[in-house]
Amino acid sequence: MGAYVLRRLLQAILIIIGSATVTFALLRLLADPTTLLAPQGATAEDIRILREAMGLNQPVYVQFVQFLTNAARGDFGNSFWTPKPALSLILERVSATAQLAACGLTLAVLVGVGLGLVSAIKRYSFLDNLATVLAVAGQAMPIFWLGILLILLFSVYLRVLPGSGIGTPSHLILPSITLASFQAPIITRLTRSMMLDVLSQDYIRTARSKGLAERVVMLRHAFANAAIPVVTVIGMQLGGLLGGAIVTETVFAWPGVAGLTVQSIMLSDYPVVQAGVLLMSVAIILANLTADVLVGLLDPRIRYD
Amino acid sequence: MGIAGSATSLEQAALGLPKTQRQVLGLISNRMWRLRAGVVGAVVVLFMIFLAVFAPAVSPHDPYEQNIIARLTPPVWAEGGSTDFILGTDRVGRDVLSRLIFGSRVSLTVGAVAVGIAATIGVFLGLLGGYYGRGLDSLVNNAVNLMMAFPFMLLALATVAVLGPSFRNMIIVLGITGWPVYTRVVRAETLRLREIDFVSAARALGMTNVRIIARHVLPNMYNAIIVMASLEVARMILLESFLSFLGLGVQPPTAAWGSLLADGRMYIFDMWWLATFPGLAIFMTTLGINLTGDALRDLLDPRMRNLD
Repeated sequence: MGAYVLRRLLQAILIIIGSATVTFALLRLLADPTTLLAPQGATAEDIRILREAMGLNQPVYVQFVQFLTNAARGDFGNSFWTPKPALSLILERVSATAQLAACGLTLAVLVGVGLGLVSAIKRYSFLDNLATVLAVAGQAMPIFWLGILLILLFSVYLRVLPGSGIGTPSHLILPSITLASFQAPIITRLTRSMMLDVLSQDYIRTARSKGLAERVVMLRHAFANAAIPVVTVIGMQLGGLLGGAIVTETVFAWPGVAGLTVQSIMLSDYPVVQAGVLLMSVAIILANLTADVLVGLLDPRIRYD
Repeated sequence: MGIAGSATSLEQAALGLPKTQRQVLGLISNRMWRLRAGVVGAVVVLFMIFLAVFAPAVSPHDPYEQNIIARLTPPVWAEGGSTDFILGTDRVGRDVLSRLIFGSRVSLTVGAVAVGIAATIGVFLGLLGGYYGRGLDSLVNNAVNLMMAFPFMLLALATVAVLGPSFRNMIIVLGITGWPVYTRVVRAETLRLREIDFVSAARALGMTNVRIIARHVLPNMYNAIIVMASLEVARMILLESFLSFLGLGVQPPTAAWGSLLADGRMYIFDMWWLATFPGLAIFMTTLGINLTGDALRDLLDPRMRNLD
């Protein structure tokens, strides 16, 4: 187990360097920030001085090594628009995104696992059909539209919940529902099919024939096993969760990392974009790793080699 | 790493041996229901394609024609609505329905072309990695892992922003960032097929690798690829509409569902219809595609069939 985690960590570091490379290549090679930063009417000489000051006159590989060594120290340079380090601008917003992601994911897991369990236990019942319809509709839903509809209903017509901003717990409700709707359908469908798979196993019949209470059979014997692939997929879907956070933060003007990165993309504020993208990929990689380790703990059949 | 022990029920399901009569009936009715839903979905998709192709003929107005007198007319059933503009008009008096009909061209084209590009790249890399193995395979595998760990949507956003927002750039970006899904599945399938007797036989007969891949490996995956690609069209349309929503897609005055939604969002306090209908169009289309894709999976990919 220890060796496995170590190997995965090394792999993770390689992937992080890889995504740093992609970000660098994308933003440094395809665009020239000096054309954005130079004031109107700047002479060619001004631009040359600016390029020199920013180190853009150096060969690309020198710039790249510079970028990597600075990034490893957490230095992405200052934001182009506010005289603050890019990383600290991003870090200031981590807690808002973390709050949103935690609430959204918790809601998605509760709803998804709940609906999936009910569906599987009461197969082909009205509830099962309803859950299936909801899951199918949810997967097709453009969540930015769902967010707007929620704002329209709860903030514009009913005036009961705030439609944008952050502050009180009630600000979290609509964004969390929006974000959860991104993941709950997949979790519902997966929980249902994994439960159905497990319920047809021999050890479930054995457990029932021992006279165990149905509740114990369902939760201790069936769900404990069905949960394993569900945990894996939730871990794998965390990249998707961040994708959902990008949409949600944009629609609800939520001051998080994802929203800031999108704004910075629009403003061509490359240092902030690089810091944001890298931080998010690190989060995804660590989440995947955690999910894999968790699955190993849940499932003693899995051996790491 | 694998999960052992679930084979028995999968085998049982694959043999078509459910346990009770109720389960049999349930399974059949469930599948019938999904097939029927798939037919409905296909009808919706075909309808959308029809609208996109014949947009100039079927839309009641010119989508760019401004009519200041009729600006901000609500839909026909609301108070103050007009039969001239069934779904109402926007802030400069353009007909919402006509703009939606023309918007279907953007979404459907981007969805289809982006999936075409992504599937071609993805299948090619998957075959390469899965069939030739070794260094090539670990290269492909690491590239997939890298792409999966990268916030996909941000990559698309940043690339479009850097290249400059346009219809063509959006297609390119979605196409070249969407391939890992195919590579993962095709690679795994190729690894499996490579070891099967008919491939060994073909190799023993002296067939070239390229010929074996083209004749024996790839044709065995067509169904899986078709199912995957059909579901990916929906995902690409959702991504396209989000890019357009952010203003990174097709530029005005051309109408895309996402940009119509973004416009409508600014008038959400007074003109609810402007944000509602474009979203509904996106939702109906992706729902139709997903229903069709699920039914296709039932029909074409028997190994996946019994998991629901």
